[in-house]
Amino acid sequence: MKTTGHSLSDEMNMLRALAAAWPICLGYLAIGMAFGVLARQAGLAIYQIALMSMIVFAGSAQFIAVSMITSGASALSIIITTFMVNLRHLLMSSSLTLHLKGKNKAILSLFAYGVTDESFAVNLGKFLDGDWSLKDALVVNHVANITWIISTILGGYAGRFIPAGAFGIDYALTGMFLCLLVFQLRGRLYVLVSVAAGLLSVVFYLIIPGNAYVIIASALAATLGVAIKSWYMHKRKQGEEQ
Amino acid sequence: MTGEEYILCILGMGLVTYIPRWLPLFYLSDKRLPLWLVEWLSFIPACILSALIFPSIIINPDTGSVGFFHPEFLVAIPTFLFALKTRSLGGTVIIGMALFWLAEKFL
Repeated sequence: MKTTGHSLSDEMNMLRALAAAWPICLGYLAIGMAFGVLARQAGLAIYQIALMSMIVFAGSAQFIAVSMITSGASALSIIITTFMVNLRHLLMSSSLTLHLKGKNKAILSLFAYGVTDESFAVNLGKFLDGDWSLKDALVVNHVANITWIISTILGGYAGRFIPAGAFGIDYALTGMFLCLLVFQLRGRLYVLVSVAAGLLSVVFYLIIPGNAYVIIASALAATLGVAIKSWYMHKRKQGEEQ
Repeated sequence: MTGEEYILCILGMGLVTYIPRWLPLFYLSDKRLPLWLVEWLSFIPACILSALIFPSIIINPDTGSVGFFHPEFLVAIPTFLFALKTRSLGGTVIIGMALFWLAEKFL
């Protein structure tokens, strides 16, 4: 018997991608609702909240934008701040290209819309494990995107009925980042480099105003990683020659 | 901010958010990258995650300075160990939330 359209393996792939996406969705539900509550308190209409979540789709920048709107900032200064805050995605997309060689540019352009801290780390982990396609990654991005949009709208409507900090919801993203970091620690050098990134990030967080600390700390620590690796290779080569 | 200004503002925000996400995928996906760049990029995920996590757990949100006895930091230790042991993303999120909820209640 011939089935129309979807094959069984399509459905399996869909389930697999959904299984990868659900922890992101849980985190977004929490953060998205919190955002909806704040945006509503700042005087944004529900449709304005929904539009921002659709067009921007970037959690931290949206929070910052709302607080800037509340304090009467100009659109231009909000846009510039957003650019600074979200510049880190440049590094993430670059890192994802290693696994997306020669893919269709139109689909990559669609995929780019959904690159967030969370979807990036989940998809990258899956690519590294192997057996993960651009299609799976797209499903993760868009399921996360839809969850984000709906959660921010829900927060706008119903948030005032939910007490702040209920069920430890504020810790959902930290918990997720901690586990995603574990997936990335593939050897002693990675542990060393990521501890360096973390410590540098704390230092820059304390001394540089704004949100540049993530990018600067990451770029420096990754450079340190490359330097240590090439020094080590060089030394081993010398050892072999002697 | 008027309704029109708001629309312009989020369109601008959307554009400056999309471009850094899109540019590398569009221009680098069919190029051969030099080895040092590939290696550099392979460190980036771990670095970004650490750079996001460390300040959020080591800086005490109440004092704004480094501390080790507030719930954000204390809960991160068992949550991290749980992640190391189980490698379960969903489980780690749930454990982290539950421990943080308890810590906020009792600490």
